[in-house]
Amino acid sequence: MKRIYLDYAATTPTHPEVVKSMLPYFTDAFGNPSSIYSYGQEAKGAIEEARVKVADLINARDEEIIFTGGGTEADNFALKGVAFASENRGNHIITSSIEHHAVIETCKFLERRGFSVSYLPVDEYGLVNPADVKKAITDKTILISVMHANNEMGTIEPIAEIGKIAREAGIYFHIDAVQTVGRIPVDVNELGVDLLSMSAHKLYGPKGVGALYIRKGTKLIPFMHGGEQERRRRASTENVAGIVGFGRAVELAQQEMSDEAERLTYLRAQLIKGLLERIDHTRLNGHPVNRLPNNVNISVDYVEGESMLLNLDLEGICASTGSACSSSSLESSHVLLAMGLSPEQAHGSLRLTLGKWTTREEIEQVLDVLPRIVAKLRAMSPLLKSHR
Amino acid sequence: MHDLWSLYSEKVMEHFKNPRNVGEIDNPDGIGHVGNPVCGDIMELYIKVSDGTIVDAKFKTFGCGAAIATSSMVTEMVKGKSIGEALEISNRAVAEALDGLPPIKMHCSVLAEEALKSAIEDYLIKSKGG
Repeated sequence: MKRIYLDYAATTPTHPEVVKSMLPYFTDAFGNPSSIYSYGQEAKGAIEEARVKVADLINARDEEIIFTGGGTEADNFALKGVAFASENRGNHIITSSIEHHAVIETCKFLERRGFSVSYLPVDEYGLVNPADVKKAITDKTILISVMHANNEMGTIEPIAEIGKIAREAGIYFHIDAVQTVGRIPVDVNELGVDLLSMSAHKLYGPKGVGALYIRKGTKLIPFMHGGEQERRRRASTENVAGIVGFGRAVELAQQEMSDEAERLTYLRAQLIKGLLERIDHTRLNGHPVNRLPNNVNISVDYVEGESMLLNLDLEGICASTGSACSSSSLESSHVLLAMGLSPEQAHGSLRLTLGKWTTREEIEQVLDVLPRIVAKLRAMSPLLKSHR
Repeated sequence: MHDLWSLYSEKVMEHFKNPRNVGEIDNPDGIGHVGNPVCGDIMELYIKVSDGTIVDAKFKTFGCGAAIATSSMVTEMVKGKSIGEALEISNRAVAEALDGLPPIKMHCSVLAEEALKSAIEDYLIKSKGG
């Protein structure tokens, strides 16, 4: 059976061009970038080239890019790094209630270490209100962290407005841009951010590599100790091949982003329209317009997400859900609940995220298959009867 | 082959794909209603009893693959059993009949046992009252 991959927000296949760019760094150019002889300098040069490319994509300076082991590490680094470097100035952090666990769990950790955290609510579309950010600021606030776009329901947050507020108050501003870098334009100066997390494997790069943008002058403690690498902020021998692949992925993204965003926005609209028309008692989660070009998230009343996923998988379609049953925690999506969805609606959510190899035919296939799956599950749902 | 499939035994998937005894029974002798929307599992189990024997059982379930499979299995297991025998069906027995469940899904088998017990209780109350 031909498989249809619609979970590009979880990860993307590594672009063949990216794989090609990485290969020499496993073999001929295997050197340690810290070595002074030619092998080392070759590797060092390749890292610096990648750094320029990543910096270019977000309008940063190359010395402001620190390579990490991924998006989660970048989030951890930003939050802990600023928190522990700012203890003499304050202990208050502002974030939102819909952040990725990499931010939320790090905040929880910091709370246990004596920091206090405000988790701002969101509206029905998942938008943070910049006025709420302003109100939450105290003289102890050291950091504001709000994600650029949400990984589950795709809403793009009013980052530039929050950036202005943070700048006026003189508070560091971090954004988790893992879902946006390479998909929509990201400019650290227009957005007014001091720290920005990104990940390679969400933009057709390899897994296990990401970066944290750190605006020049931002004070934060190193994430790892034990070497001179990454301006002493992240010790450890660099993941040379991964970083080179990240650089190549960024280069490709820069070339293809605007055409690809347009193509995916069209397919997204077709998919949303088709699903809402063909399946009754269904709602779109997230903002209808201010959303990632590739994200579709719907709640299908009366059915549970994992049972939809299993049935879709039987038809070769890979998707994702915010239902508890798909996770080991048995808690349904904190994002959807924060937007005011009922637990049933959160359990009945389905996320389909599109990407480079998504075709119109695949979208039509989903539109053909999903209504049948929902009908089958609704026929055995005790919820439907009680709503009649 | 697939990640989602590797979570479940073939038997679980077979019952998930072709669930037995889906639906409601007209004028049932007992109804069990368990679970809650917060956890994402709701089970309704209907039984028909004749001369102290469960002659028919049907279910309706909102839940994950394991919830649907355990509902299907428990309705199969209970048919033809006396009330006394049916009360002895444990969640472990349901899970074992499905060739096991992943640890995080064991609560689904508990729910199936509870649904059955609740349907029998309902039957016992009704038959006493009637």
